[in-house]
Amino acid sequence: MYWKEIFRQARDIGIGSLPIIAIVSTFIGGVSAVQFAYQFRSISLVPMWWIGSIVRKGMILELAPTVSALLLAGKVGSNIASELGTMRISEQIDAYEIMGVNTPAYLIGPKIAASVFVVPMLVVIAVVLGIIGGWGAGILGGFFSTTEYFRGVQDGFDGYDVFIMLVKAALFGFTLSSISCYKGFTVQGGAVEIGKSSTQAVVVSSIVMMIVNFFVAFLLL
Amino acid sequence: MIEIKDIKKNFNAQQVLKGISSTFDSGKCNLIIGKSGSGKTVTLKCMVGLFEPDSGIISYDGRNLTEMDFTQRKTIRREIGMLFQGTALFDSLSVEENVRFPLDMFTNQTEEEKRERVNFCLGRVNLPNTNKKFPGELSGGMKKRVGIARAIVMNPKYLFCDEPNSGLDPKTAIVIDDLIREITIEYNMTTVVNTHDMNSVMGIGDKVLFLHEGLKYWEGTKEEIMKITDGELFDFIFASDFLKDLRRNAKY
Repeated sequence: MYWKEIFRQARDIGIGSLPIIAIVSTFIGGVSAVQFAYQFRSISLVPMWWIGSIVRKGMILELAPTVSALLLAGKVGSNIASELGTMRISEQIDAYEIMGVNTPAYLIGPKIAASVFVVPMLVVIAVVLGIIGGWGAGILGGFFSTTEYFRGVQDGFDGYDVFIMLVKAALFGFTLSSISCYKGFTVQGGAVEIGKSSTQAVVVSSIVMMIVNFFVAFLLL
Repeated sequence: MIEIKDIKKNFNAQQVLKGISSTFDSGKCNLIIGKSGSGKTVTLKCMVGLFEPDSGIISYDGRNLTEMDFTQRKTIRREIGMLFQGTALFDSLSVEENVRFPLDMFTNQTEEEKRERVNFCLGRVNLPNTNKKFPGELSGGMKKRVGIARAIVMNPKYLFCDEPNSGLDPKTAIVIDDLIREITIEYNMTTVVNTHDMNSVMGIGDKVLFLHEGLKYWEGTKEEIMKITDGELFDFIFASDFLKDLRRNAKY
């Protein structure tokens, strides 16, 4: 039952969030490429193939994990808090407890486990799409050739960057799901309180994730 | 049999239960009645372990619930079925999944055995062929019946019903009452029903406990309750002047 619930949550969080992550990360990659091309044009000494390298590095180390996590805090975090809050108010959690179900383990555990597992996967997808977005924007704008861009993408690639990205993503997944679960699980009152807890889940998890982001960068870079 | 002794419960500075004692016999429908805010729901939630009483004893056939840890309580909780006021059906699960949830969670039955048990319980509450529907597609009365089916699927020894008739029309309310009574007798369960519906009291009240301001005010049978002529219970039963006059002019 617990595994089934973990997979259900993973499907909901992963597939449910894929479209927004894909759209946003593609455009972030594209905008990054355009902005760097705009600046590099005025410094003629910098070769345009560097853009590929900068977009890759920026996406892996910061943009993909952070932007994805903030998007997920808004989408998944509020969803988790309002779902658990509604279950609390409508006595569904009481119904589980009466049956003898360990409600934190059954309702919260799978959500956290699924988030820790799925958010890094979404971030990897975001990185790939961001790099593709950068390439598309550069080609459309005529800033560089495909060969130049992918030379930059491959140049100086360091696996440690990916490690940091995955650590960040897993920590973000844990942070946003655990805070949202707490906010939803402990709701008391009615519809107004569910709305408030949902908002608090997004705000608090976004702030905590930025603090976590700083410490990961500070300690690992 | 369930026995409660001197149950007290405070919420912050407010004393909701001020020491309630009673016994609830098996094979009978035991009703807790009282005005809104009298402590009915808190009593019921203390009895099933959803609230911890500040003091007092709750005993299930001699087993003291208040002294048990989470693991020990699991055993008793699997002997408890509960119908919630708002039914508390799991929105994301179909009727069949709702009813079979305890079987999936706590038994090693085969798929075939589970299917048979679910169909039996749904048939018992007169809801055949609703297996694939979701709670959102059901009427209030049907939701209550699914709630009862889920409550009895594990063959419980104790059945708790919190306001089973709330939000139902009088005819459907009688159907639900009759169902609760039939199931109680059929499975010799100890049934405790929270209600403020006098039709339920007269229909299924083998034993009636009247709470007033957190205290046990009166205890007796449905026959005895009709002999009450004054006081808080009289005001509760005969809430309107019309009913009061009717009672005063009656011959017994």
